[in-house]
Amino acid sequence: MTMKVRESIPSPRRVRRQNPLGERGIQGLLLACALVSIFTTIGIVVMLVVQALGFFRSVSIIEFLSGTKWTPLFQPQHFGVLPLVGGTLLTAGIAILVALPVGLASAIYLSEYARDRVRRAVKPLLEILAGIPTVVYGFFALTFVTPLLRNIFPSMIVFNALSAGLVMGVMIIPMVSSLSEDAMMAVPRSLRDAAYGLGATRLEVATRVVMPAAVSGIVAACILALSRAIGETMIVAIAAGSTPKLTLNPLESIQTMTSYIIQVSLGETPHGTVEYYTIFAVGLLLFVMTLLMNLFSQWFVRRYRERY
Amino acid sequence: MKKDPAFRQQLRTRQLRGRSFSVLFLMATLTGILVLTVLLVDVLRDGIGWLDWQFITSYPSRKPDEAGVLSALFGTLWVMVLTALFSLPVGVGTAIYLEEYAPDNRLRRLIQTNINNLAGVPSIVYGLLGLSLFVQALALGRSVLAGALTMTLMSLPVIIIAAQEAIRSVPQAHRLGAYALGATCWQVVRHIVLPSALPGVLTGSILAMSRAIGEAAPMIAISALVYLTFIPTSIMDRFTVLPIQIFNWVSRPQAEFGNLAAAGIIVLLVVLLSMNATAIILRNRYQRRTEE
Repeated sequence: MTMKVRESIPSPRRVRRQNPLGERGIQGLLLACALVSIFTTIGIVVMLVVQALGFFRSVSIIEFLSGTKWTPLFQPQHFGVLPLVGGTLLTAGIAILVALPVGLASAIYLSEYARDRVRRAVKPLLEILAGIPTVVYGFFALTFVTPLLRNIFPSMIVFNALSAGLVMGVMIIPMVSSLSEDAMMAVPRSLRDAAYGLGATRLEVATRVVMPAAVSGIVAACILALSRAIGETMIVAIAAGSTPKLTLNPLESIQTMTSYIIQVSLGETPHGTVEYYTIFAVGLLLFVMTLLMNLFSQWFVRRYRERY
Repeated sequence: MKKDPAFRQQLRTRQLRGRSFSVLFLMATLTGILVLTVLLVDVLRDGIGWLDWQFITSYPSRKPDEAGVLSALFGTLWVMVLTALFSLPVGVGTAIYLEEYAPDNRLRRLIQTNINNLAGVPSIVYGLLGLSLFVQALALGRSVLAGALTMTLMSLPVIIIAAQEAIRSVPQAHRLGAYALGATCWQVVRHIVLPSALPGVLTGSILAMSRAIGEAAPMIAISALVYLTFIPTSIMDRFTVLPIQIFNWVSRPQAEFGNLAAAGIIVLLVVLLSMNATAIILRNRYQRRTEE
């Protein structure tokens, strides 16, 4: 291993020679810490792939990815994951329908309208919202939002996609709003001043100058929030039900990929059976979906960022 | 121009539209805060009547009147302390390596990208990793240790990112001054960088860990068991944590268990709140000391 210090810092080579073991030992130790994260990723990928292979020995990938019936826990068994994916996208879709307009509007308010004092008061409150444990949101969805919604839709069942999706939307508002706000704050003052100079109103500046200039950050924020919603577990496990079903009706009970994993984890599924391996196949699909979205949002920011 | 009625009409509509949208934006901002208030009031209303000393000092029970959070509370404290012991040194070490030691090469970029991506991995996937790696492959069983190691892996990326930000905020001039005096890289880190970055590192790490402590999903994958009538006495004992206990109570149809869940949520929120308060107090204390 070569000793290198980043360019900006002069390399203190002479001193190191006096005490090479200590310095080198510490550097090795720190490198080992940094490698933990690499091994975590390798661990996740190897673990998911190996265990999922246990599943794909009994079920073909094509049946898994294209089947429309998911009944692994009772006879006759079907291993089509689409109902779980459908349930996941339904709740995440509802969540983003809530979080996108509200989060974006609050980002515009915080970056374009609010005075410094208001911003300093509001931002910590939004952070508290982001720090509430998801099981608490699940409780809220089931015991508060669902009864409320059932007054409006009397036909709705207790466990439903709508209530879970709405609460999940509230959960990801802070994410959409703070990431979009960062992007908008990065738009230079001169652009705004130019627009004001032409007689634009505050709204016109916000929607026609600032938002277009910050669009890469806003899109990335939305994709990250959607990926978070897809991976969210406890709200849907508590409030959305456990009926794998391909439906677009948000008033019905559904099951998401994450809540299926929870359902199996809670039961007494014996280790080594196909039923047990299903959670790793579903987990692998979940991991790939969220990873692709995260990578896409990083690429999107790099590709479409406006530089000033 | 000013007297052109069409222009004035248009100006009025534009200003009106601007004003109404500003109200709309303000309302959107308040939505989150409103929901937060409603949520807290809902939890307090449902749970405060059930929260008493008996609730804190009892084990879970089939009878709601006798049930409590003792085993879950201690399980959470166990996991919290062990996670802090594992994740703080590794997380801060990684941050120091990336910020102070690593040459700007492919390895450093790989580690950095990798950490950013790990921060976006759903928590349930960490649960699956813990289940197959710690519980089964390393044969730790459904123990406190397996739970804490899983929590460690999950909270590491966030801790690293927070620690990096704190380390980056130390002025470069301080480092260069120490190097000019002949300090080694580690001496600079130990005596210059760490003391002034510590408040930020601690605050960020504790906040990251408080997020992890509230997570139920990975812990359910590790410790499916929910009825525990003992407090873990060693790191190899089985355990349950507050979020699992709350989830268990929420999933029961009887209304009394809903109240127990709310009372459990209050306990969990108090634990998280005291962690956050600790972070703030630590930050204030150290900040004053470094300013002296």
